[in-house]
Amino acid sequence: MGQTFSEKVLSAKAGKWVRAGEIVTVSPDYILSHDNSAAIIKEFHKLAITTVRCTDKIVIVLDHVVPASTEKYAQNHKEIREFVREQNILHFFDVQHGICHQVFSENGFALPGKLILGADSHTTSYGAFGAFSVGIGRSEAASVWATDEIWLKVPETIRIEMSGKLPAMVFTKDVILKIIGEVGADRANYKAVEFAGPAVQGFSLASRLVMANMAAEMGAKNGYFFPDEKALAWLNGKARSEFDVMVSDPDAVYEAILSYDISSIEPQVACPHTVDNVCAVTEVEGTLFHQAIIGTCTNGRVEDLKVAAQILKGKKIQSGIRVLIIPASRREYLRALREGDLEILVDAGCLVLNPGCGPCLGAHQGVLAPGEVAVSTANRNFRGRMGSRDSAIYLASPATVAASALEGRIADPRNLV
Amino acid sequence: MSKGKVWKYGDDVNTDVIFPGKYTYSVLDPEEMAKHALEDLDPAFALEVKPGDIVLAGKNFGCGSSREQAATCLKYAGVQAVVAKSFARIFFRNAINQGLPVVQCSEAVDNADAGEEISIDFSKGVVETSKGVFDFVPLPQSILRILDAGGLIPFTKKKMEKGKN
Repeated sequence: MGQTFSEKVLSAKAGKWVRAGEIVTVSPDYILSHDNSAAIIKEFHKLAITTVRCTDKIVIVLDHVVPASTEKYAQNHKEIREFVREQNILHFFDVQHGICHQVFSENGFALPGKLILGADSHTTSYGAFGAFSVGIGRSEAASVWATDEIWLKVPETIRIEMSGKLPAMVFTKDVILKIIGEVGADRANYKAVEFAGPAVQGFSLASRLVMANMAAEMGAKNGYFFPDEKALAWLNGKARSEFDVMVSDPDAVYEAILSYDISSIEPQVACPHTVDNVCAVTEVEGTLFHQAIIGTCTNGRVEDLKVAAQILKGKKIQSGIRVLIIPASRREYLRALREGDLEILVDAGCLVLNPGCGPCLGAHQGVLAPGEVAVSTANRNFRGRMGSRDSAIYLASPATVAASALEGRIADPRNLV
Repeated sequence: MSKGKVWKYGDDVNTDVIFPGKYTYSVLDPEEMAKHALEDLDPAFALEVKPGDIVLAGKNFGCGSSREQAATCLKYAGVQAVVAKSFARIFFRNAINQGLPVVQCSEAVDNADAGEEISIDFSKGVVETSKGVFDFVPLPQSILRILDAGGLIPFTKKKMEKGKN
């Protein structure tokens, strides 16, 4: 009987042949945390030991509230910087670098076959590069800093086979929203999701990141794409260390295999207040909103900003709304700047924020007042997430959000073709 | 286990309504976290919850963010245990790691009402409500040891001290 990708990685790490359902104690290749490192440090100190293990495995990226918006946030950042210095933590990215998932990827930590832990639910993102990456909590992160090990249950795997070709103005964001809408927010709870099928080779790495990132929204423990030549070419020159490409055996056992022909998918919108409350854009066309957001760890890369720029080029956003642009990282920001996309967006009336999580989790930079509505390219639309509990969030692709920004109402980007 | 009053909620109770994101880096004291527990789902909860109360919910409780405060705020609000039809993976781990018992038992959820008193026997694996006694699969020993230690940090501390001797 063959093994799935997840079974293989965890077998290699555990040093024994394992299958889904078994519990293994393993040592990660990397452990990521962000502004929550301040809280992890507090837990770490409770362990009454003085030094972390494996200072070269810890990666810290400040991104959630950057630069600090209050004295309290500033104090958190300060404590993290001091800890990084004291402990000689090698991989520290201060406030200017961008969102952890993008920074981690573009700096070559996210590699095929690696076991990556992250104190953030969207750590699933690195499956885009063929890594086994899972989200954990703060106590666990502190414990891993101290012990260099964690227990994990080997997950069952759901394989999602995609065939066909994306229609104009339809993107992998629409595909993943469609899937989540159909299967529900907990379909992949405790499970791995393997994205496969002939359509995948047509997806850029940025587009794969969107899907692996949002695997978390179907409850997945990890997402996975086979690292094909395109992925290996992307990693060339970026990879931090040697890696082994791992792939599911042809006779691996799956919990389920789901098939999608992406040729017939329409632009999708996740409506308030759950990510699985999904419909075609045509069903909510005309919905008024106050703020649009193009960015975040889900859709803040050059590819996304370019789609928005193409739609808004030479035009103005509807008066009376705000449009926030948040590049995922400084590198993506710089590229979009050099390639002229940001100039187009600013000219159209958009407000460009520094790379970071921005208002996505409601901490700063454009939170919503009671009664306000946002249309966003982010990954989550839970009640109150972006500010007031009486506000509402619609999730969509950068094309749908940009088209909506022109109209001041939710709009179908296919009408622009 | 002593009896506890039931607070009952539906499916997919997410981490943003359990502990809003806007507090994640500004409210750091567990007692303060407790004051915001379930704030965006049921503002009455944090004001009226009593030590020993039990939260009942549908499927996928704690979905969303990895923020551990979602478990911490419930524990420090005095919640004895969360009984749900199912738990989101990271919340499940976080609850254990905070020393907050979690019980997966659909029948108990379907057979208890808000406000009634129920009791949980963790060793026998039963929940007793006004409508009957319902079995659940007890947590494995390896996980019970973390709960018994009061959470992962005290558990790891003990383990490391032992390792030194």
